[in-house]
Amino acid sequence: MDFLTTLQVLDSSLRQATPLLIACLAGLFSERAGIFDIGLEGKMLVAAFLSAAVAAVTGSVWLGLLAGIGASLVFSAIHGLASITFRGNQLISGVALNFLAAGLTVVIAQSWFAQGGRTPQLMAGGRFEPIILPGALTSSSDIAQAGPLMQLYSELISGHGLPVYVALALVPLTWWALFRTRFGLRLRAVGEAPEAVDTAGISVVGLRFAAVVIAGVLCGIAGAYLATGLQAGFTKDMTAGRGYIALAALIFAKWRPWYALGACLLFGFLQAVAIRFQNIDLGVVEVPVQVMDALPYILTVVILAGFVGRAIPPRAGGEPYVKER
Amino acid sequence: MTILHRLMGATAALALGAGAALADPALIFDLGGKFDKSFNESAHTGAQRWAEETGGEYNEVELQSDAQREQALRRFAENGNNPIVMAGFSFATPLAEVAADYPDTTFVIIDGVVEADNVRSVIFSEHEGSYLVGMLAAMASETGTVGFIGGMDIPLIRKFGCGYAQGVKAVNPDATVIANMTGTTPAAWNDPVRGSELTLAQIGQGADVVYAAAGGTGVGVLQTAADQDILSIGVDANQNYLHPGQVLTSMLKRVDVAVYNAFSAGAEEIETGIHVLGVGEDGVGYALDEFNADLITDEMRVSVDEAADAIANGELLIHDYTSDESCPAVDF
Repeated sequence: MDFLTTLQVLDSSLRQATPLLIACLAGLFSERAGIFDIGLEGKMLVAAFLSAAVAAVTGSVWLGLLAGIGASLVFSAIHGLASITFRGNQLISGVALNFLAAGLTVVIAQSWFAQGGRTPQLMAGGRFEPIILPGALTSSSDIAQAGPLMQLYSELISGHGLPVYVALALVPLTWWALFRTRFGLRLRAVGEAPEAVDTAGISVVGLRFAAVVIAGVLCGIAGAYLATGLQAGFTKDMTAGRGYIALAALIFAKWRPWYALGACLLFGFLQAVAIRFQNIDLGVVEVPVQVMDALPYILTVVILAGFVGRAIPPRAGGEPYVKER
Repeated sequence: MTILHRLMGATAALALGAGAALADPALIFDLGGKFDKSFNESAHTGAQRWAEETGGEYNEVELQSDAQREQALRRFAENGNNPIVMAGFSFATPLAEVAADYPDTTFVIIDGVVEADNVRSVIFSEHEGSYLVGMLAAMASETGTVGFIGGMDIPLIRKFGCGYAQGVKAVNPDATVIANMTGTTPAAWNDPVRGSELTLAQIGQGADVVYAAAGGTGVGVLQTAADQDILSIGVDANQNYLHPGQVLTSMLKRVDVAVYNAFSAGAEEIETGIHVLGVGEDGVGYALDEFNADLITDEMRVSVDEAADAIANGELLIHDYTSDESCPAVDF
């Protein structure tokens, strides 16, 4: 495998990891506050749909992004209402949202655009165009002839849509917000011992809603990136399980932001390798592509089973808070 | 009283009128809906063509859920519609149950096989059409490397890929065919993001023409090919217009011909049994229109048309992957 091929695989890893990473951080905020969020997939899907639909109608990717975040927030609000206000089961609420998203997006897309559940193709202004950093080469033949450093810069670092850079910036931001601010301390406390937070006179419900809202905004960005960055429009079920892989990454990362970056890049890398090489010949055995596809889930099970360290979820996760009387 | 009589008379006349229309054919679309720019829309086009040419009328329904398949079949059969045409292999199971209950009605299923005396099963020789677009791909390629991106890894899709690879190798025996499948679950039909990544990976390996047989995933393949300024090949319906000048051609599956033929034959003359539509029957082929006219030279057209004739009269036999689950031209 030559240097340029390696770079191309890493480039692809970064693109694939971006929606995972944003969704994973969304889950991180929510679950650190004690609200399990199975509904990442559904929120990304509605965001992908509405962002593509609005971008197609208005021709503006920014309005599309706003609409996507809005749609995701509505779903977050439903999740919050069901699991915080009415103390329902968080898993059931999340699963319900996933089903709702899968059905609703196609039905609305069909009655709106009548193109078999798709949105129209987005024109130039309706998409996140690749950002070419200063001095970077763009044509693949130029890149092939450039020196290794220039190849690294042009192929891997330059030429991604804005959300890729935003996602990478979100990791230190999340770490800072969770571990260096008062809000972050309270947020984590509400996921570990809500009664203690309540005793200190801070609203458990308010903090949990704040976490769910942040998760909604992040899922909105992730979904919008899928439909308006990586693609030029919405197609039915286009998230294709990325929300679940993000959940797996969250467990793999043991609910920590920097680990989440590592986990998502690893999962993105596995997907990129599977896509580039399909069946991998190791000389003795041939690894079929299905094994590579399944690896994120297998690794998560290994982690959960406690073979490699231990993944301990926030102590109050999944439990609705009931004030003692 | 007289008003009531008149009303009753009018109702009776209406009922008689409805009775007169009973032998109309009917068409049932699959879940994608009538205007899906692909499979179902093609069926609709065929029915419209029949209606315009003969002045006849037909009934149709768009399904909203899987549960309505059997209901729609029985509804049309009870109504006396004949023949009843349905588009999609998903109808095979409900039709197998319903067909025996209406022995006087002829059913036509497209893309599926149901063994019954009153059913015509229409299937397409996708490998023949894929062979033709494979030839075009090899002739248009400058790098000598072309790609194939399938949807879900099932024998039917390998049939597309195998025919394509044979066509490529027929023109350029030294050509490299990179064949990738999107996945192994139904999600692979709707993962345009992965389709894009597969396309980029194939471009990285030197491919400059990519053929997508992958449903909704193909949207991502065609989009990325256009963004990266290489050629792509569409599937099922004519997708040339999606990116004018950047889609080399489309492998056409003439669902409209199947519907038109069934409607034209009518309830009395329609033959039941398995009907295979290949290149010879105009059932499959490649698309040529104003959007790709500049991409296909006369030379390319002549040699592909020669191959099409050879396939049609049996001189050229294209290997069908589904016949023995293996492909001489490419490894999956």
